[in-house]
Amino acid sequence: MNKELLKNTEKQSSNDAMIEITNMHKWFGDFHVLQGIDLTVQKKERIVICGPSGSGKSTLIRCINRLEEHQRGRIIVDGIELTNNIRNIEKIRAEVGMVFQHFNLFPHLTIVENLTLGPIWVRKVPKFEAEEIAMFNLEKVHIAEQAKKYPGQLSGGQQQRVAIARSLCMNPKIMLFDEPTSALDPEMIKEVLDAMIELAQEGMTMIVISHEMGFAKSVAHQVLFMDFGKIVEGNTPEEFFENPQHERTKLFLSQILH
Amino acid sequence: MEESIQRTQTDELKPSVTSVGAIGWARSNLFNGVFNSILTIVTLYLLWEIIPPLFQWAFIDSVWHTTGKACRGIDGACWSIIPTNLRFIIFGFFPYESQWRPLLAMFILFGLLFYSRDRKHWTKYLGYGWIAGLFVMGLLMKGGLFGLTPVESTQWGGLPLTLLLSVFGLTAAYPLGVVLALGRQSKMPGVKWLSVIYIELIRGVPLISLLFMSSIIFPLFLPEGITINKILRAQVAIILFTAAYIAEVVRGGLQGMSRGQYEAAESMGLNYYLTMRLVILPQALKIVIPPTVSILISAFKDTSLVVIIALYDVLKTTQSVLSNPEWMGFSREAYIFVAILYFLGCFSMSNFSRKLEKELSAGEQQ
Ligand SMILES: Nc1ncnc2c1ncn2[C@@H]1O[C@H](COP(=O)(O)OP(=O)(O)O)[C@@H](O)[C@H]1O
Ligand SMILES: [Mg+2]
Repeated sequence: MNKELLKNTEKQSSNDAMIEITNMHKWFGDFHVLQGIDLTVQKKERIVICGPSGSGKSTLIRCINRLEEHQRGRIIVDGIELTNNIRNIEKIRAEVGMVFQHFNLFPHLTIVENLTLGPIWVRKVPKFEAEEIAMFNLEKVHIAEQAKKYPGQLSGGQQQRVAIARSLCMNPKIMLFDEPTSALDPEMIKEVLDAMIELAQEGMTMIVISHEMGFAKSVAHQVLFMDFGKIVEGNTPEEFFENPQHERTKLFLSQILH
Repeated sequence: MEESIQRTQTDELKPSVTSVGAIGWARSNLFNGVFNSILTIVTLYLLWEIIPPLFQWAFIDSVWHTTGKACRGIDGACWSIIPTNLRFIIFGFFPYESQWRPLLAMFILFGLLFYSRDRKHWTKYLGYGWIAGLFVMGLLMKGGLFGLTPVESTQWGGLPLTLLLSVFGLTAAYPLGVVLALGRQSKMPGVKWLSVIYIELIRGVPLISLLFMSSIIFPLFLPEGITINKILRAQVAIILFTAAYIAEVVRGGLQGMSRGQYEAAESMGLNYYLTMRLVILPQALKIVIPPTVSILISAFKDTSLVVIIALYDVLKTTQSVLSNPEWMGFSREAYIFVAILYFLGCFSMSNFSRKLEKELSAGEQQ
């Protein structure tokens, strides 16, 4: 795939923001995990977040679909502000897909049932239609032939692709990925990254926590570096990797690149 | 080339005579080691001492169709006590000429239970079938409609009563237990603490005291002239008691679920109710099938405790037969019979749970 082409064709100039986070703070008890996050994600923009373990990356994206609750500042997703209003939360969750490090497929359901659960029960789509959607998305991640199996019968890479397809079945406007390849054996990383790259080519708005630098370079519009609950710096991948501004970023990059 | 290699291998690898067949089996299963050999010999000796005399007593020297008097002279079992008193043991004081009604009700119940064994039959029509069945069974027991003479519930007894208390007790206790387990996990403090207090209070007292309370203390609080059916009170006590134990088992299953399952369900927009119903409970309840069935089995046997509030369940009717002078002293035979009845009930339950467990885990091995 030609990365220049991909970026040039899709880079958005308009400024309709999908996610707007302003001065957002979160504490776990006394522990100040997120210390004033400001982040705007435009429609079709793709952001890769990296940073040392424990720096708050997962917590940040989990605040976006309210798996974690923030205590100060604002988060607006697709025009809806995240408050304690349950209706809003469920609405936003249906629009925001999330892919986890450990896949979190439902082991008691077949692959197809995993995929149709959301459409049938949240979107109220009739079953046969939900199954068509499921097969369409399984084709997309090249795994349609496994539809009748159970998650436990699939390899890690296949399971993660199913998890991606499961999110896609909800027809989300935003996809969040929390270290989607870090629990995988090395030989399976590529198949998952390829699926994500295809998704990027379709113009999905994505936030990806990942240390896969090749992926970041070819797909991201922006790479952010987080440390101690703050976004330390953010830049285009070229600038970010060639010319990091902060000492901590340099140190981190030197650690993961060698 | 491949063939020749295989042939030489099979020649060499042929197992020695002693590791196959009956001898081999006995060797590896009964006599592997000094301790196991001693155990085997002791067991064999005990079996030799017990089985033949038992067999002699039960089948060879026994009588099946005599009066109580005729039994006095023999060495073997006097099974005659069972056929002669069968109708009282099974139906208690239910009017003699109407005993076909509880019999039919039991057949309907067994039919429904048997049909429900197969998960393929679990459709909404089966639900309707159960509702209709329950209605017909109630009508048969109670009478008063369609020319059936009314029978007071004080006359209900024997096996139908045992089955009534168990089947209703268990089917009502299970969902209540699940709700309590969810309540105990709830984020709402009120719900949570009510569930905790309920569960701990109930588990802190024996079933007997609950039955006493329901039959003696509870009526004291009712206004003059209002009585609540005694069977119903016992039934409620059994349900409340069993539910508390089910709740604790189910809670164990819920704790075994990873946070990721909740998060995956919630992140696709499922609400609490749907997350529980579609994702969490199917898995959690499946994990706890074995301990749940243990509780159901002991609850089934515990229904016999209703004798202490003077309800004539199948154990009590059997005892009553033994207090008849003609049959006094043949308690072994009578209790063996009741034991077989209980065993059939318990065995089908554990059998069903094994079947269910196997079906539910088909295909999803990790
Ligand atoms: N539910 C929680 N309760 C308390 N502390 C938490 C919780 N989740 C995460 N943390 C802590 O918050 C910090 C940030 O976690 P996380 O966002 O998962 O980091 P990252 O994804 O960057 O590795 C860590 O120190 C972690 O221990
Ligand atoms: Mg993380």
